[in-house]
Amino acid sequence: MSKRYSALSLLREGLHGHRGWAPAWRTPDPKPRYDVIVIGGGGHGLATAYYLAKNHGLKNVAVLEKGWLGGGNTGRNTTVIRSNYYYPASTDLYDLSVRLYETLSRQLNFNIMFSQRGMLVLAHSEPEMELAARQVNAMQLNGADAELLSADEVRKRAPLLNFAPDARYPIHGATWQGRAGTARHDAVAWGLARAADRLGVDIIQNCEVTDVITEAGRAVGVATTKGEIRADRIGAAVAGHSSVLANLAGYSLPIQSYALQAFVTEPLKPVIDTVAFSPACGTYFSQSDKGGLVIGGGLDRVPSYGQRGNMPMQEAVLGGLCEMAPMLAKVKLLRHWAGIVDVTPDSSPIIGPSGVDGLYVNCGWGTGGFKAIPAGGYLFAHLLATGQHHEISRLFDKGRFTTGHLIDEGAASGIAH
Amino acid sequence: MSGTRTETGGLIDRTKTLRFRFDGRGYAGHPGDTLASALLANGVRVLGRSFKYHRPRGVWGGWFDDPNAILDVGLDGNAIPNCQATTTPLLDGMESRAVNAWPSAARDVKGGLDLLHRWLGAGFYYKTFIWPDWHLFEPTIRRMAGLGAVDGKTIPDYVADQIHDSCDLLVVGGGAAGLAAARAAAEAGQDVVLVEDHADLGGGLYRRGGEVEGRSPADWLAEQRAAIETAGGCILSSTTAFGVYDHGLVGLATDRGFARAPRLTRMRARRTLMATGALDRPLTFADNDRPGVMSLQAAAEYLGRYGVLVGRRIVVLSNNSAGQSAVAALRAAGAEVVEADPADGPIRALGGARLNGVQVGDRQLACDSLLVSGGLTPVVHLWRHAGGKLDWSETANAFLPGAAPEGMAAIGAANGTFNLQAALEEARAVALGKPPAPSASSYTIRPLWPEPGAKGRQWIDFQHDVTLKDIELAARENYVSVEHLKRYTTLGMAADQGKTSNMAGLAAMAAIQGRPIPEVGTTTFRPPFVPVPLELYHGARRGQLLNPLKRLALEPQHRQAGAALGEYGGWLRPGWYGGKPARDAIRDEVQMARSSAGIFDGSPLGKIEVMGPDAAAFVDFVYYNTVATLKPGHIRYGFMLTESGAVYDDGVIARLGSEHFVISCSSSHVDGVETMLESWRQDGNDPDRIFVHDATQHWATLAVTGPKAREILGALVLDLNLSRDVFPHMSFRETIFAGTPLRIARVSFTGDVSFELSLRTAKAADLWAALTMAGAEHGAGPIGIEALSVLRAEKGFIIIGKDTDGETMPHDLGFGGPRQKKKTAFVGDRGLHSEAANAPDRRQLVGLSVPEGSPALPTGAHLVTGDKPRSEGIVTSSYISPTLDRPIALALLARGAARHGEVLRVWHMGQVRAATVTPPCALDPKGARLDA
Amino acid sequence: MQLFPCPFCGARDEREFHFMGEAGKTRPDTQQPVSDADWAAYLYDQRNDKGRVREVWMHLPCREVFGMQRDSVTMQVLGTTAFRKAGA
Repeated sequence: MSKRYSALSLLREGLHGHRGWAPAWRTPDPKPRYDVIVIGGGGHGLATAYYLAKNHGLKNVAVLEKGWLGGGNTGRNTTVIRSNYYYPASTDLYDLSVRLYETLSRQLNFNIMFSQRGMLVLAHSEPEMELAARQVNAMQLNGADAELLSADEVRKRAPLLNFAPDARYPIHGATWQGRAGTARHDAVAWGLARAADRLGVDIIQNCEVTDVITEAGRAVGVATTKGEIRADRIGAAVAGHSSVLANLAGYSLPIQSYALQAFVTEPLKPVIDTVAFSPACGTYFSQSDKGGLVIGGGLDRVPSYGQRGNMPMQEAVLGGLCEMAPMLAKVKLLRHWAGIVDVTPDSSPIIGPSGVDGLYVNCGWGTGGFKAIPAGGYLFAHLLATGQHHEISRLFDKGRFTTGHLIDEGAASGIAH
Repeated sequence: MSGTRTETGGLIDRTKTLRFRFDGRGYAGHPGDTLASALLANGVRVLGRSFKYHRPRGVWGGWFDDPNAILDVGLDGNAIPNCQATTTPLLDGMESRAVNAWPSAARDVKGGLDLLHRWLGAGFYYKTFIWPDWHLFEPTIRRMAGLGAVDGKTIPDYVADQIHDSCDLLVVGGGAAGLAAARAAAEAGQDVVLVEDHADLGGGLYRRGGEVEGRSPADWLAEQRAAIETAGGCILSSTTAFGVYDHGLVGLATDRGFARAPRLTRMRARRTLMATGALDRPLTFADNDRPGVMSLQAAAEYLGRYGVLVGRRIVVLSNNSAGQSAVAALRAAGAEVVEADPADGPIRALGGARLNGVQVGDRQLACDSLLVSGGLTPVVHLWRHAGGKLDWSETANAFLPGAAPEGMAAIGAANGTFNLQAALEEARAVALGKPPAPSASSYTIRPLWPEPGAKGRQWIDFQHDVTLKDIELAARENYVSVEHLKRYTTLGMAADQGKTSNMAGLAAMAAIQGRPIPEVGTTTFRPPFVPVPLELYHGARRGQLLNPLKRLALEPQHRQAGAALGEYGGWLRPGWYGGKPARDAIRDEVQMARSSAGIFDGSPLGKIEVMGPDAAAFVDFVYYNTVATLKPGHIRYGFMLTESGAVYDDGVIARLGSEHFVISCSSSHVDGVETMLESWRQDGNDPDRIFVHDATQHWATLAVTGPKAREILGALVLDLNLSRDVFPHMSFRETIFAGTPLRIARVSFTGDVSFELSLRTAKAADLWAALTMAGAEHGAGPIGIEALSVLRAEKGFIIIGKDTDGETMPHDLGFGGPRQKKKTAFVGDRGLHSEAANAPDRRQLVGLSVPEGSPALPTGAHLVTGDKPRSEGIVTSSYISPTLDRPIALALLARGAARHGEVLRVWHMGQVRAATVTPPCALDPKGARLDA
Repeated sequence: MQLFPCPFCGARDEREFHFMGEAGKTRPDTQQPVSDADWAAYLYDQRNDKGRVREVWMHLPCREVFGMQRDSVTMQVLGTTAFRKAGA
C-alpha cells in the first residue's frame, strides 16, 4: 500500500493500476471523548487539528464537519495568498501564513501547488501612488516583501491590462508583492486532512453540531447528529456559521454574514502570469494552472446566508474586469458561485476565547480566510493547546472591540476632498 | 468520410453555399448550419482533442450538450476563443481551428501524451512535483493546459445591450411543450414571453420526426408561432435563459451574431415555466470516446435540423425507448442501422481514431458510426438555480423536478414527461395554473450504469479525460462525497459543466459504494447554464460611464481658462490653469494667491441644509463641536465623527437662523454625511421637526482668497459692508447678486482673507465673469485644487483622508476641547474615551522641516526609529512651499505633539533622510494675514 | 437582483438600498456612564441570525429609513415597517 506520495510511488502505482493507494483519510466513528474538538472541517479547522498534533503532541483530537471537508469557503474562494497589509499586526499574521504555505507541500507530502506568481495592486492616480508608496514602505518596514512599480514595470508583468491614457482608471503604477500567489484550494484542505489523519486526528464528516453542552458555565462537549462528544477544550472554526454557533452557545460576536462571489472562465492558453487587482474597478483576477481566469471582487451588498450570488455584484465585478483588460470581454464565463463570509467591523479576524469557558473561536476572516489557513491553524492550535494566546494572535482577540484597538486595514486609506 | 448531406430536409438553405476553413482546410456549408453540422456533412470526424491526454474527439452532442468540439473562430479580423462548434452558426469566411491541438485536431503532436495515461490519472499532480519545487514544473504544465487562445485584440463595438423586462409568464424553451404552454397562456390573456436558444422554434420535434397533432411539424410550429404572436405573446429566439437569481430574476442572453456582444435581459416574470427538454446521456463502455461514437438523439438532430446523415453503417446502442423514431428516420434517410442490445455484454468501440466497429459481448459489428443512448436526463439547471428540489425517479432512471421553487413549474421532457401528447396536455394545463392530468408514460428504460471493475478505458467525462478508473481511484482514496469526487477527478468541470458526464459519474460512485444513486446526490448546478461572454455583464457601464464623474457648471469657463482637468473626489475639476508644466503653474498660482488673490471653484464642497425646530439640538448631536451656542450669521469649524470616535469629516457649519444651518462637508463625503444625518433624523428623532436637504449641486461656490480678496469682492457692488469689523472672519451674510440670492461665508482654507460665495448654479457664470474681471485689475486669477492643497498645507490645515486615516481622532489634530468639555451627547462621544483613544502613543498631526537645500520629502514615507527601523508615523502631505521657498510637510507621528524639535529619520523605499518635527503650521502661525 | 419594497416608493432595485444594521438596538445614554463592554456590544455585536432577520434599511434615492424583515437564507422579503408616523 502506497502511503507516501512521490514521483517514485506514482510511477510504481501507475504500473499496478493505482490499486495500492491508501485512503487519504479514514472515516472514523466519533469517540465519546477527546482532548480537543475542533468544530469545522474547513481549512482553518483542519490546520488547527494538524498543528495540535504536530506542534503540541495532542493527537486525541476530532474535527467535526457538518458536510464534506473543505466544503465551505475553503472550496469556494479565489485561492489568492498574500501578505500585502499595512499594519504590523496584520503583516505578522499573514506573512506567517505565507511562510508556512511556502513549505506546506513538503510538510504535508501533498502538492498544494502554491504558485508564487506575485500580485499587483494597481494605482490609478497620483494620490493613489502616494498611498501605494505608504503601503510599500509599511510592508518593507514590517518585514514583508514589496516594491512600488511604475506603469512601465506593470506593463512588463501584465501587458494585457488597460494602459490607455484615456481609460476611466488609467494605470499609474502598482504595489508588487512577489511572494504572493495562488494555491489549489481543495488541495490545501485535503493535504491538511490527510496529514492530520496520519497523525491520529479523527476527521468526522457529515457530523453537525446541534448544541454546545455546558456544565457550570463551562463548555464540556457538543451534541451532534452523531451523538454527544465531550472534550477538554473546544475550538470553533466555522466561517460562514460563526454567529449561528455563537447564538447556540450563548456568546456574542461582532459579525455580519455576506455572500462573496467568485467566477471562473473557460480555460485559455496563458494570458496573465500574476494576480492583478484594481481597487477602482473593484476586480481582481489570476489564471489557474488549468487555464481558467479566476475572478473576484467585493461582497454582495445584502447580508446573506444563501451560498449564491446576485447579479448586481456580478455586473460590477465582471464589468470591472472588462475595464481592467478589455481584450477579455469576449472570453466566456463558465461558472460562478458564492461563499458566506464573516465580516467584522474592522475586517480583521477574531482569534481567542469566545466568552464561554473552554470554547474558543477562530472567525471573522471576511474575504481573506484562505490565505490565512496555515497561520490561523497554527495560532489557534497554540491557543487551544496552551490556553494562552500566541504573541501574534493576541492583538486579534475579540477584546479589541472593547478597548478600541481595532486593526482596520480599510481605514488606512481613503482620500476625501 | 462517413457523414453526408441529405438531398432534402432540415432547416438549411441548400441554394446558398458558405465557404469556411477548419484547421487550415477549406470546406463548404449552408445557411442554417452550425460549424459542427457543416463539418459532419463534409465527413470530418475529428474536431478536437481531449484536455489531458490529447485523445482525438468527434462530435458527441447536437447542441449545448457537446463537450468535444471546441474551436477558436475568426471572421473579418475578429476572433473568439472557445466556440462550441455545435452551437456556433456557420458564416461565410469563417476561419476555425481546434483548440489545444497542433497542427490540427487530426494530427496533434501532443497525442503521444496518451501513452503516459497510466501515470496521469485523477489527481496525479497532488502526489508529485513536490520535490524539489512546484515552481520548477508549473510553467510547463501551464503551457500544456488551457484551451482557446485570446488574440489580444478588442472587437470594435463589442458592447452588450442590457435591458430590463417583465412579464406574467416566461416560458423557457421553444419546443412543443413550451409553445403549447405559451399559446395557452397568451390566449388566456397573459403577458407571455417565450425564449428559445436555437434560432428556430421546434426543439425536439426535429429529432422526433412524424406528425404533431395531425400536422407536419413545420405547419404545427407555424401555427403556434402565429397564435402566440396574435395573442400578444413575445418570442425571443437565439435566447438562452442562463440563470435564475433571487426574487425570481431570470438572466436572458440573446445571441446577436458572431463577434457581436449578446444582449442581456433581466427578466422578471410572475411565473416561469421550464420547458427545457431533456438530454440524451452517454453509455459507459470501453473506448466510448472514439470519434464516431455519438449521441443517438444528436444524430437524429443532425438529420432533422441540418440534413446531415452522420454515417452510412450505423450501430445503435440504446437502453431506452426514446430513440425509436430516430432509428426509423436514419433508416429512411438511407443508412444501414443495426440495433444492438447494450445489456448483451461488455461493449468496446473498435478502431483507432477512425471507428470501424463495435464489440458487444461476443458479437462484433462493423460500422462507421456508433449511436448511443443511455437514457434521457431532464435539463433541470434553472430549477436548481431557483432552489427547486429534485426527486429520483426509478421508472425514468433520472432526477426529475420535485418540490417547485416559488413561481416556477416544469413541463414536458424537462419534467420527465417524454411522451409528446402528454407533454402538450401538461403544458396547456400548467400554463393556466391547473394541475396536469396524470398520464401513463410510454417511456421505458432499463438501468444501465457504469460497472465498477469493468475492463478497458471507459470514459465518463470526455473533455476532461475522466474515466471509470479515475472514479474508482477517488473512491479508493476516500474522495467519496460527490463534491470531492468532482474536485478530485475534475469530473463535470469541463466546458459543458457536466451536462454529459455528471450522471454517469455519480452513478459510478453509487455502484462502487453500493449505495442508491439519489443517496450520492448531485453537485450544485451553478449558473451560467451555458458559457456567456464577460461583456454580457459589462454593458453601458464602461469607460467614462463607469462611476461617471460629476461635472462643474463652470467647466466651459475653466476649459477656456486653460484648466488641466482631473478627477478629484469624484468630480472633474481644474487641477491648475494655463499651458505651463504643472509644477510651474501650481507655484505661480500659489504666489498669485499669496500676493494678490486666487479665485477658486469650490462648488463640489458639500452644502447640506438642516432646518426645523429641533435642528439646533440635532446638529449639536451629530457634530463633535458644540453648535448650539453658535449665533445666527456665524460659522464654526468642526468635525463629524464615527461612533468609534474617529474623524469622519471636517468642515464648517453656518447658522443662517435660529432653526436653519448649512453644513459644509468634503465633496466626496456629501452622500455619506447626508446618509448619516438622515439615519439619525429618522431613527431616533422626530422627523417632522428636522429637515435635511442636500443642496450641493443647486449652489455653485466660488472662493476668493488672498490679500486683495476684499477689494475684488468690493468691485462687485454688493449691498454689503465688507470691512473687517462689520464682516469678521467666521461670519456669514446673505445678499443679492445679479438678482439672485448670494451667500457669503468668510472662512479661510488658506490663512488669507477669504470669501466663499454661493449662488444658484444657473448664475455661476455671471459671478465667475465678475470675479475674474475684478480680479484681473489686481493681478488675481483662477487657481486650481493643487495650488489650494499647497496653500492649506502651508497653514497646516488638513485634508480628511489624506492627513488623517480611519484611526485619527480630533484630539490627535489638536482639537481636544469638546472631548473634555462638551456637555451634551454627540456621535462618537463614548468612542473618544476608549482605551485606544487614551493610548499614550496616538499618532498626532505635526509638521516636518528638512535641512536647508534638501528636496521635499516623499509623501507616503514613514518616520522611523530604532536599529531595526520601526514605523512611528507617516508623511501625509509634502510640497515645496512657494511662499516660504522651502519644503514643507505634514505628518502623523506617534506622540507627535510633544516631539516638536526632535530630529527623525524618514524612510522611503529603503532610503533614509532626516527631518525635524515642527508644529503643523509653517506660515503665519499667529494668523496676522487672516485679518490683513 | 432583488426587489425591496420602500414604504415610500414601492418595489425598487436592491442597488438603491443601504443596509444600516440590525433592528432593535438603542444607543446607550452616553450622558450616563457606559461600560466599555456595553458600548462595544451596542456598537459592534450582531445577532446575525440565519433565517428570519429584522433590519434597518435606507432607500437612498428618497432617503426613507425603514424596517425590513427578511429571510437571510432564501432572501425572501417578509415585510417592511415604516418608521414614519401614520398619516405623516
